[in-house]
Amino acid sequence: MTIQAIDYSTKIPNNVNLTEDRQVLRALESWHPGYIDWWKSMGPEGFQEAMVYLRTAVSVDPKGWAKFDYVKMPDYRWGILLAPQEEGRTIPFGRHLGEPVWQEVPGEYRAMLRRLITIQGDTEPASVEQQRHLGKTAPSLYDMRNVFQVNVEEGRHLWAMIYLLQKYFGRDGREEAAELLQRRSGDPDKPRMLGAFNEQTPDWLSFHMFTFFTDRDGKMQLESLAQSGFDPLSRTCRFMLTEEAHHMFVGETGIGRTLQRTCEAMKEAGIEDVNDIERVRALGVIDLPTIKKKLNMHYSLSLDLFGSEVSTNAANAFNAGLKGRFQESKIQDDHKLDNANYPVLKLVDGKIKRIDEPALTAINMRLRDDYTADCQRGLERWNKIIERTGVAYRLELPHVAFHRQIGEFKNIQAKPDGTIVDDATWSRDKEKYLPSKDDGEFIQSLMKPVTEPGKFASWIAPPRVGIDNKPGDFEYVKIVA
Amino acid sequence: MVDTERKLANGKTRIDFQTDPSLYRHWKLAVDGDVATLAMDVDEKGGLFEGYDLKLNSYDLGVDIELADAIERLRFEHPQVKVVLLRSGKPRVFCAGANIRMLAGATHAHKVNFCKFTNETRNGIEDASEASGLRTICAINGTAAGGGYELALAADHIMLIDDGSSSVSLPELPLLAVLPGTGGLTRVTDKRRVRRDHADFFCTTEEGVKGKRAVEWRLVDEVVPGSKFEEAIRQRAQDFAAKSPRGHGAQGIALKPLKRERASDAVEYSTTSVTFQRPERLATIALRGPEGAPPANADAMLALGADFWPLRLARELDDAILDIRINELDVAAIVFKSCGDGERVLAYDAFLNANRRHWLAREIAHYWKRVLKRIDLTSRSLVTLVEPDSCFAGTLAELVLAADRSYMLIGEREADNKPPAEIALSEQNFGLYPMSNGLTRLASRFLADPAQVDAAKAEIGRKLDAETAERLGLVTFACDDIDWEDEVRVFLEERASFSPDGLTGLEANLRFGGPETMESKIFARLTAWQNWIFQRPNAIGDEGALKRYGTGQRPAFDTKRV
Repeated sequence: MTIQAIDYSTKIPNNVNLTEDRQVLRALESWHPGYIDWWKSMGPEGFQEAMVYLRTAVSVDPKGWAKFDYVKMPDYRWGILLAPQEEGRTIPFGRHLGEPVWQEVPGEYRAMLRRLITIQGDTEPASVEQQRHLGKTAPSLYDMRNVFQVNVEEGRHLWAMIYLLQKYFGRDGREEAAELLQRRSGDPDKPRMLGAFNEQTPDWLSFHMFTFFTDRDGKMQLESLAQSGFDPLSRTCRFMLTEEAHHMFVGETGIGRTLQRTCEAMKEAGIEDVNDIERVRALGVIDLPTIKKKLNMHYSLSLDLFGSEVSTNAANAFNAGLKGRFQESKIQDDHKLDNANYPVLKLVDGKIKRIDEPALTAINMRLRDDYTADCQRGLERWNKIIERTGVAYRLELPHVAFHRQIGEFKNIQAKPDGTIVDDATWSRDKEKYLPSKDDGEFIQSLMKPVTEPGKFASWIAPPRVGIDNKPGDFEYVKIVA
Repeated sequence: MVDTERKLANGKTRIDFQTDPSLYRHWKLAVDGDVATLAMDVDEKGGLFEGYDLKLNSYDLGVDIELADAIERLRFEHPQVKVVLLRSGKPRVFCAGANIRMLAGATHAHKVNFCKFTNETRNGIEDASEASGLRTICAINGTAAGGGYELALAADHIMLIDDGSSSVSLPELPLLAVLPGTGGLTRVTDKRRVRRDHADFFCTTEEGVKGKRAVEWRLVDEVVPGSKFEEAIRQRAQDFAAKSPRGHGAQGIALKPLKRERASDAVEYSTTSVTFQRPERLATIALRGPEGAPPANADAMLALGADFWPLRLARELDDAILDIRINELDVAAIVFKSCGDGERVLAYDAFLNANRRHWLAREIAHYWKRVLKRIDLTSRSLVTLVEPDSCFAGTLAELVLAADRSYMLIGEREADNKPPAEIALSEQNFGLYPMSNGLTRLASRFLADPAQVDAAKAEIGRKLDAETAERLGLVTFACDDIDWEDEVRVFLEERASFSPDGLTGLEANLRFGGPETMESKIFARLTAWQNWIFQRPNAIGDEGALKRYGTGQRPAFDTKRV
């Protein structure tokens, strides 16, 4: 393939003056075919020819960032779009506070910055890979379109990171970009970099939990990278956040609709006891205790993505001005954290205690606390849904010490309420808190595709409003037989 | 910087180098036929000192003491083992190197002693391969950073998992503003023969090198996908075992715990007594010769096992040296003395020489070689006093040759019926115990005139009195009874009055004349460059990299190049 063969200015919506950037064009020339191959082999399975009603961002202004139309996914116009450059922007935190932001990579931070971008980039295609089988069991065309929308946008987010690697990091950047396409979620030889992105997304409940909890971690990471003193990264992440909001929406409403349907079915059948699992399941809906177990699992896996509570890397990245805190500019402090402390939950002599640590090293902990608060708000809305149906049940986030593989609590076992238990107790009771094989099989048994426009599977309620305000029976995906 | 002492964990007051597999907290040694697996699974809470956690398989001296013990046990207790697999007991992490918080809070003396010991342990791994055919294969299943990669460098064969993220690295310079302290740079250039510009890139790149490039640049021998990793390790173990000369059904001996009694100013072993004259800043190590004749044959030696005098003495002497090095920092000089029958020492040497093809005799010779090297590398003035009733013969005569100064008494002491002091040489002094420069102590001694080595060789087995020994150049000074006390006292007092730092440098310079080897370069560069950098404000000042590591603060460097 040659540059002449593809007119990148129309193929790739962009606001980075792509046609005149020889360096990036040359890099894209080799990278673009690889990306398309990756999409075809690892993107949504069985629906590459379907016409999907997707939103495409063609520019960053309010009119351009959400153009809806039918498109075949491989023809989706993955663009390179950065939020507009702010005149006179200064570095908002760390030792370079107040200095003009960098438009080029500072040499001393090159390795750190490339690492941050590579890790962020690696999560984007990972979720596409994890979700590639979901189209076949979609509970409706509406939901099917939503997973595809999430997928193409994760693909675009990969593009965004690739662009940064190729534009700013020379040969190393190109190599990292190539490797982003070689790693595969769950592959023993080339796994994705972070644990949660190598877990399966076997069913739609998992998908909705994933988009609520794990994509929310992504949102928090993007929020903190959007603060970056490296301006191209900041601008890229700011625009990605506008898309990420939709993923949160898919997760939150997906779980909300599932809860709604379960509670309604229980009420219709006159079942008051939420623990009467067999009878509830017989209604073709997912019982609330199982939903809670899924929540426990996805929340705890997502907490692991924040890394160690006390982290040198996070401290370095903050101090260097590369990765800030959630809503940095709204925080009332010196934005340098030279002498500040932050409370961290730690395991001290077998007990969970709150210990003051230097705030600079507790950056991960702080971001995770903000994440938990953000999750809690969504959870309250779910509880409202349950409450409105009259079912007596509440969802809660498990304790941060529960079911952890990374950080302070990785070597202990704790119940969702934070009580530490011995290994024997944990092994015995674990399936009270986490989905069992049986639970998984039951959920799997409900995963029957519903492809008639306007119809929904038994276990999930229809949405209150359609995408792009379309009517209830709108054909979001035109499946090619 | 305040060079304050850290507190040892669990209320300990000394660092003990004696351990055994039942006490290991950080390693698991498993032997399966001719392949042993030595798995590093560091207990985070098992640090030697208080104040740091050993995260991500990072290590401190306590971890390395166990490793050194395991390597010795493989040589003596498991002579049938041909290949040792050096690997991690933790998923996706190999070893993060020396624990940085430990280093940042350690005294300079501890850092130097720590690096010296870890180097000796790595050299021990290489010696096991070279001398005994015990091959080491290092299987890197995750990050191998700094000391973690240096550990791998000691192996004969390095396998790296090819998972797109696992890398080998020497990030000391970019991360901590110091150099790799366990021979990393020298092994990269001299053992792996990595091109200098590649080495330059590698050693300044915090994240290191992975995958294909790691092989192309000779940093590892092969990369293997995760799904084939275990099978490849098994296969490689077989390949190396097939080529190892070791084994053939040999039965090992147990390295049972040393007999050791400690008093405030003395340590008593079965063959060795250490006494501390603290006001004079001296430690005297007195060695006792064998109580009887050597055993009848090799089987009898095997039956004696760790009780066999040459092995018992070597182990006790090794422990005594290590103890002084790390626990007795104020000792200025180590004085070696001996008592016993030199003839019997020679008889043991002859016995070992006659059985030199027996695996145990061979291992004992190599063990003595390592103990003597450890003495050469001890940064204290080494003094050997050859007095009546001493037995500096053959192997023990190496302690005369290893000393910075040796004094031998001429004739008898007044009012003492002990016969005059004699020394004697054996075959052992002419090749079995090379120094780290690759030469025997005699060859290093007579660099100017190799004929002097031949002259000494002609005296093998003869009893040499003080004047003959002095004439042959085997001792520094021979003095009679009238001068002896004053000569020795004045010398030791003068020694204790010099700058300890100056002496450390001077002795390290003078002990290793002649050629360099990889080993001698490693220690010399450790003493010179690393220890210099370790003392500079750019590393350990309040704004230095080592001090600031982990805080998120950038170091502030004095930018002048020296």
